[in-house]
Amino acid sequence: MNKKLPGALAIGLKRGGLEIKQFFRQKESVVFTLLFPLILLAIFGSVFSTKIAPGVTFSQYFVAGMIASALVNTGFQQIAIFIPIERDLGALKRLRGTPMPAASYFIGKAIVVTVSMAIQVVLLLVAGVAFFGVNLPTQANKWAVFAALLILGSLVSTILGVAFSSVPKNARGASAIVSPVVIILQFFSGVFFVFTDLPKWMQQIAAIFPLKWLTQGMRSIFLPDNFATREIAGNWETGRTFAIIGIWLIVGTILAIRTFKWDRE
Amino acid sequence: MKPAIKVDGLRKSYGDLTVVKELSLTIEDGEIFAILGPNGAGKTTTVEILEGFRTADAGTVSVLDTDPSIKGGEALAWRNRIGIVLQSSNDTLELSPREALTHFASYYSNPRGVEEVIALVGLEEKADDRARTLSGGQRRRLDVGLGIIGRPELLFLDEPTTGFDPEARRAFWLLIRKLKDEGTTILLTTHYLDEAEALADRVAVMNHGEILEISTPALLGGRAHARATVTWSEGGISKSAQTDAPTEFVKNLSAQFGGEVPELSVHRPTLEDVYLSMIGATHE
Repeated sequence: MNKKLPGALAIGLKRGGLEIKQFFRQKESVVFTLLFPLILLAIFGSVFSTKIAPGVTFSQYFVAGMIASALVNTGFQQIAIFIPIERDLGALKRLRGTPMPAASYFIGKAIVVTVSMAIQVVLLLVAGVAFFGVNLPTQANKWAVFAALLILGSLVSTILGVAFSSVPKNARGASAIVSPVVIILQFFSGVFFVFTDLPKWMQQIAAIFPLKWLTQGMRSIFLPDNFATREIAGNWETGRTFAIIGIWLIVGTILAIRTFKWDRE
Repeated sequence: MKPAIKVDGLRKSYGDLTVVKELSLTIEDGEIFAILGPNGAGKTTTVEILEGFRTADAGTVSVLDTDPSIKGGEALAWRNRIGIVLQSSNDTLELSPREALTHFASYYSNPRGVEEVIALVGLEEKADDRARTLSGGQRRRLDVGLGIIGRPELLFLDEPTTGFDPEARRAFWLLIRKLKDEGTTILLTTHYLDEAEALADRVAVMNHGEILEISTPALLGGRAHARATVTWSEGGISKSAQTDAPTEFVKNLSAQFGGEVPELSVHRPTLEDVYLSMIGATHE
């Protein structure tokens, strides 16, 4: 009778498996989440075929932005929309009534985000290389920065999605609020347009949020090194990028812990 | 043996609205206890405080010898000993009952077997179908299965048989009695008075945040001593009389008819009659 309770990590890994199973069984949302960025890539890549700098096409620029966006789509957007749905369905309250540690729930979420993020990034890279002339980096240190950006980026995106999940009152409100936030952020952050072409005020607002930095970070990996001189600061600002993402990670974690709601009031 | 639940002087308000006033009650280990009351009586708030979902403004609450408002590891150890079946949840639609039960079993230190629970709630035929394809009553049985998978010492059941057909309800009652026989304490809230009568050892009637009476279903509201109504038919006309001594009355009637009394019935107030008069509602 006095057996010990299972640990938070063990349950968290099981939750990850369950979340992945549930995610892939909802066919419509799988198609939308994973294929929508590819559709956007096809549209933008076909419409804007101009060169924005010697040896750099808009498509290449756009692929870098879409990979950064993939972190926002699979993390922030997916989490901030799905948690209110789970809250409305009573899923969170049911879990609250069991000995499942809260940490396990978030571990499960991080796992499903990581898996769908990885799938989306691979799809975008394959499409980018095959159809849009994207060159994969050859130096090992660029791959290392890429990996670090993916890990930190999906973490910050997930944790901000958890924090934002308390904003919508219900599931219907969630997609109505979250999707425009993400799209506006993408416009401001230089995903759909060349960042340096945007009005100053948009650039300044975008510089507050992590997406602009993730986008810039991805450009530092997928665009030629000499393109750095065309960035606002005249270089890739890699250190600053990681610092700002790090700050958001801390702020987001505090917000997420303080505001998380298990139940509709 | 210590009581499973002990509440003393419980109070809870939302703003100016007092929902629970000075509520005290004791639920013994191993009993089935039903809370009855109209919507807005304070049942849900009371039960959610006992479940640890809300905190009391005043009073002491002890559930399995633990304050339900505890946090952290102690709270998890306490939740390991209780089971909660909330009102309808539709969160496991993409999973089969077997998958959902197997997963929830992994949260507990000493869960029941998944096959055992599937059999207990009668979902053998549907065990591998997506919950999406289950009927309302079958999903409710899955909810109950998820509530008992952790082998709880205390089970909370909130409106467990809403949407059941009569046959499914009978089957569900058998399951609840089986759990009681295994020693589980059960706190039931229900709108169905026949359900409370069939299952509960004791019932509490709540209204306006207060308990009006706690008693056995048979004795509630002075039911056992209430006057009986005797009805019969005389020359094709239906007759009735109220009496304190129905046995004597029927004996006399029988003598009058020289044996069998046509269409004889003796009727005591039902639990519903007593309940409705307690909460100040009238029939129809």
